[in-house]
Amino acid sequence: MTFPDPSFLFIQCLSGLTYAMFLFLIASGLSLIFGVLGVLNFAHGSFYMLGAYLTYQFASYFMNAPGQFWWAAIFGALSVGVIGGLIERLFLRRLYIREELNQLLFTYALVMLISDFAKIIWGTGQLSISRPPILKGAVKILDQYFPEYNIFIIILGPCIALLFWFIFHRTRWGRIIRAAALDREMVGSLGINVDRLFTIVFIIGSWLAGLGGALVAPIAAIVPGMDVEIIINVFIVVVIGGLGSFWGTLLGSLILGQVISFGILVLPRLSMVFIYILMAAVLILRPWGLLGKPLHR
Amino acid sequence: MSKENGFLIILILLLALLPLSESRFYLFLGTDILIMGLFAVSLNLLLGYTGLVCFGQGAFFGVGAYTYTLLIKKISLSFPLAFIAAPVGGAIAALIIGFFCIQRTKIYFAMLTLAFSQIVWAIVFKWNSLTGGDNGIIGIPFPQHLDSPTRFYYFTLAVVVLSFYILRKTVSSPFGRILTTIRENPERTEFIGIHVKHFQLLAFVISGAFSAVAGALFAILNHSIFPDLLYWPQSAEVLIMTLLGGMYSFFGPLAGAAVILYLRMLVTSYTQYWPLIMGTILALILFFFPGGIVGFLKERRIFHGGGG
Amino acid sequence: MLTAQNLKKSFDGFVATNGVSFTIQKGELVSIIGPNGAGKTTLFNLITGHIPLDAGTVKFKRIDITRMASYRICRLGMGRSFQRTNIFPRLTVFQNIQAALLAHKGKSLTFFKPVDSFFREETEEILERVGLKEYAETTGGSLSYGFQKQIELGIALASEPELLLLDEPTAGMSAQETHQTIDLIGKITREKGLTLLFTEHDMEVVFSISQRIMVLHQGRLIAEGTPEEIRRNPEVQKVYLGEGR
Repeated sequence: MTFPDPSFLFIQCLSGLTYAMFLFLIASGLSLIFGVLGVLNFAHGSFYMLGAYLTYQFASYFMNAPGQFWWAAIFGALSVGVIGGLIERLFLRRLYIREELNQLLFTYALVMLISDFAKIIWGTGQLSISRPPILKGAVKILDQYFPEYNIFIIILGPCIALLFWFIFHRTRWGRIIRAAALDREMVGSLGINVDRLFTIVFIIGSWLAGLGGALVAPIAAIVPGMDVEIIINVFIVVVIGGLGSFWGTLLGSLILGQVISFGILVLPRLSMVFIYILMAAVLILRPWGLLGKPLHR
Repeated sequence: MSKENGFLIILILLLALLPLSESRFYLFLGTDILIMGLFAVSLNLLLGYTGLVCFGQGAFFGVGAYTYTLLIKKISLSFPLAFIAAPVGGAIAALIIGFFCIQRTKIYFAMLTLAFSQIVWAIVFKWNSLTGGDNGIIGIPFPQHLDSPTRFYYFTLAVVVLSFYILRKTVSSPFGRILTTIRENPERTEFIGIHVKHFQLLAFVISGAFSAVAGALFAILNHSIFPDLLYWPQSAEVLIMTLLGGMYSFFGPLAGAAVILYLRMLVTSYTQYWPLIMGTILALILFFFPGGIVGFLKERRIFHGGGG
Repeated sequence: MLTAQNLKKSFDGFVATNGVSFTIQKGELVSIIGPNGAGKTTLFNLITGHIPLDAGTVKFKRIDITRMASYRICRLGMGRSFQRTNIFPRLTVFQNIQAALLAHKGKSLTFFKPVDSFFREETEEILERVGLKEYAETTGGSLSYGFQKQIELGIALASEPELLLLDEPTAGMSAQETHQTIDLIGKITREKGLTLLFTEHDMEVVFSISQRIMVLHQGRLIAEGTPEEIRRNPEVQKVYLGEGR
């Protein structure tokens, strides 16, 4: 095998980074919800899918308006946040007093429901929207071309990470959320409305997944099955990085992004098995992931 | 004879009479229900009796299906041997997977079962030369002396009744009782002198073996198998059957399987949106019928209750 | 019977147990007291193998149990009740006790006999002893806290221990319930010749039945002696200023 062209490798690396950013958005939402509510949301991939579908829908409403895509994405992501909030408030909340299995299974029921609702509304065909005009082009890196939109995503990811870091560590609400992740009951006895906190956290978490879906809409096929396809990878990310750890999620996304990107090239048949073995190994040896803390959950 | 045993005998007799209906369709459905019922009841040994939330039971089912099929197709092993090899394969898989999974608890345990079942799926999916990968394996014949749907139905009925008998004996035994104490309170069980992990592993092995038997039967019934038997939504479906039927009862999961398969047949003849219905059923169970069908009936005093 | 030497345990930098050493002779009735957070439950957890020691050794009946798994320590003859009730909620009271007997008598790996026929007499005897006979068929989880503590005691006794560790056996009980429980424990201990080590907050209980008292404060044993000696100990008084009943 001839040694591959360095610029090709670099492009693969960037592809891995792009995918990592999407994983990060969804995974951080999942991790946040798990950290504070203790619920592992199977439907997080569904929120991602809804984000993409709703963005498509809004884009068709804003036909040819200036900033069509951006407005569509904003509304798309926000809608997912709202939907998430409603689900939490009306349904999920009633299951908190029961054993954790019930909440887990409810999120799985959501997967089935959301998936079929999407099929009913948007059909089973593949949908797509085009990239926003300013980011339509490609940049020349070494001697290969790489889409500008993807560069935007790669830059946006860390920006959002920083934004959330700022919120968690420098604002009152952020600190409350971090405290709640450590000790729910304590926070409640400090006079904070835990119910409302949970809803807010769930909204933020689902908004993040919806944002991921909104941003992926121009560059991926919007199709049923994208929910199931992404959720397993998201689980792997949070396991590797640490359930409930913010930076861990970023680290996990970066790792998995590269593994997938290069795995396909190097060892296509083994890479899939390898990824799951990695997930199992982390769970057995260090279940709190690379950056999480051993918790007694 | 106790009321319950009498009821069971009648049920078995009724089931034995099914082929007289002369309907290939109901015969197929009946065989399917028995198979999935066995699958669900074997899962329930872990879920309802031992308190282990296993998301990857499909792995054992699939191992059983593929073990039988590959032995029959690739090395033309005789039917009895190949059929026995299925639960052996399932037990070995359960031993390995279970050993690693029980090192952790609760959510980490659940995720481990998911991870391992995905590992098994990925291996089956990618090992094209052995398993045919995505294309699956087709053309699995009825075994030599069971070469009609009716004969195979009776064989399945016999196997499933025998399996239920063994499983029933197991859960009513001291071993079974200890499993329920592990479910209720693993810490306390440890301190009445029980090595909890050993018991959990044993439960895994038994459960895996019977799931594999169901898998082998399934392979013969459908004359084909595909990797998606091992993909996690399949594991979720059997979990729903178990919950619908009632996880704190022995036969509950069988009832759940019957209802789900019957409903699926009805719904899919009208619409493709079966997941929608299943999701709704699951949500309804969670919110209104946490004890499942049997739990609901027990509350209405149609059955006598009985301890854990 | 039980010897602990220099037990140490820290959690994330917080020192819960700081070099505790003591010996308990066969047949003694010893209590451990100390303000909240002194580390009493942690100490129990260290002895019974529920959490691993950072340093130190524990010997039970001359056998080193420092690194032994909980279930094996139990089989050696140590019984324990827990501070927050630890029973099998969905099983009946009868089944709770019977399970402990099944485990103790080595019948836990029996597969093909129906469980209901095992140890009926022995279970009923224990139920009688702890005063739960009429609740035999009631689900454990539906009973009140006080009754659940009795079930706990029953489970601990079913393992026929030689050393019984009771973690706050009268916590949350009314005065009457406390008296009943203490009488019961005293009676059983005498009848069976058990060695008893328990923790308590209720000073009346402690001073009435202990032969020896150990005082734990911030993870260290600050005093040890007969009830009279402890009552007069100035260090103990300092630690307990305003505490106790």
